[in-house]
Amino acid sequence: MAIPLSYNLRNLRERKTHTIMTALGLALTVAVALSVLALVDGLRQTFRASGDPLNILVLRKGATTELASNFNRSVYNDLKFKPGIARAPSGEPMASLELVTVIGLESSEHPDGTNVNFRGLKPVGIGMRKGLEIVQGRWFRPGFREAVVGQSVAARYPEIGVGGKLRLGRGDWDVVGVMRAGQSSMNSEIFCDLDQVAADESRAEVLSSTLLQATDAISKEALIRDLSDDQRLNVDALGEVEYYDRQTRSSAPVEFVGLFVAALMAIGSSFAAMNTMYAAVSHRAREIGTLRVLGFSKSAILLSFLLESLALAALGGIIGCLLVLPLNNLTSAIGSFTTFSETTFRFRVTPQIMGIGMLFAGFMGTAGGLFPASNAARKEILVALRSF
Amino acid sequence: MFRYLPLILKSCMRSKRRSILTVTSAAISLSLLGTLMAIYHAFYFGEAPPQQALRAIARNRISPALTLPIYYRDKIKQVPGVVEAMPFQFFAGVFKEPKNIFARYAVEPEHLFAIHADYSIPEDQKVAFQREKTGCVVGRGLAEKYGFKIGDRITLKGDIFPVTVDLKLVGIYDSLFHDDVLFFRLDYLFDLLPERRRNKVFAFHVLIDNPGSMARICKEVDELFRNSPARTRTEAERAFELGFLSMLGNVKAFLLSISLALSFMLLLVTANTMAMSVRERVREVGVLKTLGFTTPAILSMLLGEAAFLTAVGGLIGCCFTAILVALVRKLPAIILPLSSLQLEPSVAALLLFVAVVIGLASAIVPAWGAARIPILQALKFTD
Repeated sequence: MAIPLSYNLRNLRERKTHTIMTALGLALTVAVALSVLALVDGLRQTFRASGDPLNILVLRKGATTELASNFNRSVYNDLKFKPGIARAPSGEPMASLELVTVIGLESSEHPDGTNVNFRGLKPVGIGMRKGLEIVQGRWFRPGFREAVVGQSVAARYPEIGVGGKLRLGRGDWDVVGVMRAGQSSMNSEIFCDLDQVAADESRAEVLSSTLLQATDAISKEALIRDLSDDQRLNVDALGEVEYYDRQTRSSAPVEFVGLFVAALMAIGSSFAAMNTMYAAVSHRAREIGTLRVLGFSKSAILLSFLLESLALAALGGIIGCLLVLPLNNLTSAIGSFTTFSETTFRFRVTPQIMGIGMLFAGFMGTAGGLFPASNAARKEILVALRSF
Repeated sequence: MFRYLPLILKSCMRSKRRSILTVTSAAISLSLLGTLMAIYHAFYFGEAPPQQALRAIARNRISPALTLPIYYRDKIKQVPGVVEAMPFQFFAGVFKEPKNIFARYAVEPEHLFAIHADYSIPEDQKVAFQREKTGCVVGRGLAEKYGFKIGDRITLKGDIFPVTVDLKLVGIYDSLFHDDVLFFRLDYLFDLLPERRRNKVFAFHVLIDNPGSMARICKEVDELFRNSPARTRTEAERAFELGFLSMLGNVKAFLLSISLALSFMLLLVTANTMAMSVRERVREVGVLKTLGFTTPAILSMLLGEAAFLTAVGGLIGCCFTAILVALVRKLPAIILPLSSLQLEPSVAALLLFVAVVIGLASAIVPAWGAARIPILQALKFTD
């Protein structure tokens, strides 16, 4: 026969101050852990949304990022007619030669400036990126020093909206449009005409990468193998999706540190919960004795106190989740040491993350409540009845 | 307060389990706080070697990924206050495996040790570096980590520069601060590169005569190239290092917010304990008052108990912090200041201070209430 839960809940209400304080301590721990998870999830979401499953990124052999890859125009000319590459309605192969460099942007909010990817490409490259659309202004015209900025860039640096100016290379560029691409990292980039930026950097022949679109999944695999094995071309090919997947590694240090901190905090909170529960047990010694006299078994007592601890933890978990909610959809950016540029992302607090938060709280509650509960169960009846 | 120390100690020992749990919880939270404080200190207040205050770095204004022409060196040297200017190029590349991360730079051998006055190296090794085109020097720490000996061959496979660099180790330098860098020769690198990529570097290391003139010199150097195609951004070496740090995002906000959450949690834990402890002893307080102890005396005893618990937690926390800090030092040295992270005495002292303050703050409310209870009410108190 189990002790009704209402006994526990009422007790928690009786000792309001202790309940609230312990629950808040647990809540803070849960909040820290969840905010780290929300950050990582938001970053992963951005990278997952980037990259089309049929697109292939071709880099110079040995290069791991576009920035470090030196891609010759002659190589592009050799590979753009390979079989398996999709064709645009005009008959042109869907192969886009691109130059990626980095531009430092300063603004009144970010006076030190951060680095943003600056990508030169031809209109065929825009067509290959599904979901990419102009939300303000228009696309750049080939042959002109015009640029289109991603939505996140425009949001973080309000001075470079449509009509603003960018300084890179031999002069200023006019910002003529703002683009959006779902949640992908393209929102954190700036696009412009390939030949303009190549001329600026005196890199007419050596660019960064080529983006190809395969006709279907099977040709995609075949193309990747064909390109990687080709000795003459000396390139590495990988699916665009896999390329971005690799970049989620930039969140690894933050995730590690954050979760480590949360783990240590969890130990601290469990001890606090243990403290509270021990105090509750010793405070209610007479009640426990009475319950035993009434016929409740040792295991019923154990279970009861364990549940009380879990209820406390659940309260803490709920408060913790509520504390983290305001973070949802908050925009931030993180830089990458491999690409030297920053990616904007949004914190994502999903139901799954909150579920993890509740489990985490439950775990702390169990750890903190186990010993006090067994202490309560093992009390000698007569000793307990006589205590004060 | 110290008069009552024996009483305070006895009170803490009354419920050993509670005191131990509180102290341990405090120690863990404080050790985390201590580590965060040590990191914050290292990043934003760290003492640079005095020689660092004499060094500035001039890089391309737009981005560290773009280059500056090597002839800028002569113009930089003409700025009054500049003692020496050396072009240097970050090489990156891979040494055996990608996980072997350490800094590699191509420099000019005749100026390297002038610029880095805090590096000490035997004279003959210095000369060897200037004579051997494919020579390189490494820091003592790096040599110990990979077991390098003079005469060893070190090969680097480039990625930003698609060349393979074959080097011979000719010197090992000692330095208190950055002894995990590999330097090889810029002219050797240029020989390997195609014509188009020669004579361009990503930055200049500038040695100045007087720390006070740093701001002026940085401005003047940038003025020199204001209308050139490649504009410079010149800043003190430390500011440059921190600039890379800010790439990780708003590091300051991250550190501060976690520290705040930790401190608050600690406050709650201690307050919880103190509230429980005081509540058990209300009748005792009545007895003490009857015996003649004044309200301030009782207050100081209760506060002293809380402060004692957190202070002990703080001391243990300092030890844990030292362990955590040593662990941080072992991590791959991507972020420079972290590889030499220390627990400074000032940070330890601050940690103890914070511990005591949190202890006092947590006990204020229950202690105040208990100390002010009228005697009769206290004696009649049943829980």
